[in-house]
Amino acid sequence: MKTFYGTELSNPLMLGTAQYPSPAILEQAFRDSGAGVATVSLRRESGAGQTFWQMIRDLDVRVLPNTAGCHTVKEAVTTAQMAREVFDTRWIKLELIGHTDSLQPDVFQLVEAARILTEDGFQVFPYTTDDLIVGERLLEAGCEVLMPWGAPIGSGRGLNNEYALRAMRAEFPDVPLVIDAGIGLPSHAAHAMELGYDAVLLNTAVARAGDPVQMACAMMRAVEAGQMAHQADPIEARDMAEPSTPVIGKAFLS
Amino acid sequence: MKIVLNGEPRDVRAATLSELLEECGFSGRVATAVNEEFVPSSLRIARKLAVGDRVEVVSPMQGG
Repeated sequence: MKTFYGTELSNPLMLGTAQYPSPAILEQAFRDSGAGVATVSLRRESGAGQTFWQMIRDLDVRVLPNTAGCHTVKEAVTTAQMAREVFDTRWIKLELIGHTDSLQPDVFQLVEAARILTEDGFQVFPYTTDDLIVGERLLEAGCEVLMPWGAPIGSGRGLNNEYALRAMRAEFPDVPLVIDAGIGLPSHAAHAMELGYDAVLLNTAVARAGDPVQMACAMMRAVEAGQMAHQADPIEARDMAEPSTPVIGKAFLS
Repeated sequence: MKIVLNGEPRDVRAATLSELLEECGFSGRVATAVNEEFVPSSLRIARKLAVGDRVEVVSPMQGG
C-alpha cells in the first residue's frame, strides 16, 4: 500500500466533517465507519470552534485541513499557514477555486501555491482536475500526492471522466492518487478503487444522506471492496458470452 | 483605536495582537492574521497594531 507522505492509512476512506445533521451524527459516522482521515477547515472564531476541535481530537483520526473557498494564491497560503498552527499538522488539502458554479480548481494558481507551500515545509494534497500535465507540474512543484476530482464538489455524479482518471492512474503508477469530490454512491467509490486509486475523499454523499452513519459504513465497505477487487486483478470485459460451465463431457440428451 | 476584527469595525484599547485577543475574549486554539499576513502565535506579543489594521482570528471548523 502506498503511503501518504510516509503515513500508511489503515483504510482508503477520507471523510469530510461538514454538513452533518448534528455533531453527534458526525461523530458516530466516523466511529462506526472507521474512516481514518478527517478533513477540517478554519473559519472566523465564533465560539463553536473549540468544541468541534475537542471532538475531532477525541476521534483519534488524522486531520487534513483544507483551504476551501480560497480564490487566490495569497489567500490559500495564509490559510494553510494558519491551519498548520491550529491543527498542528504539515498536511494541507490545497483547494484553489477557479469557477463559482463548478468549483473547478484554478490549476495555474494551484501549482504556484503548491510550490510555495512545499518550500515552506508543507505536505500538500492538491485538489486538482484530471489533467495529466497539471498533475506533472504539481509533482514537479513538490507534491507527493494528487487528488483529481471525480465530479464537481457536492454534485454526487460519480466519476465524470473515467477515461481521464484511468489515464492518470497509468501515467503516475507510483504516486498516491485520491479521488476527491463528486462521489454520490458507494458504487462510485468502489469504482474509483477498482481503477486502482489509493483512496477516496468524500463528504456530501455521507453528510447529506438520510442516514449518514449507515452511508459512511456503506462507503467504507465499498472502498474496501473496490481495493480488494483491484488487488485481485479483475477480468477484462468482453462482447460475447463465454460458457463458464465446461462444455466437454456434457451428456447427449437431445 | 479603530481596527477591523473578523470583518467588523471595532474600537479597542489593545496595542498588540496578543492584548487584542485577551481584550476580546479569544481563548483556546485560534490562528491569527493581520492585513492578510499570517502572524504565528509566538509573534503575537510583539505584533503592534495600527489604526485600520484588519485582523482575522480563526478557529477549527467543519470542512470537506
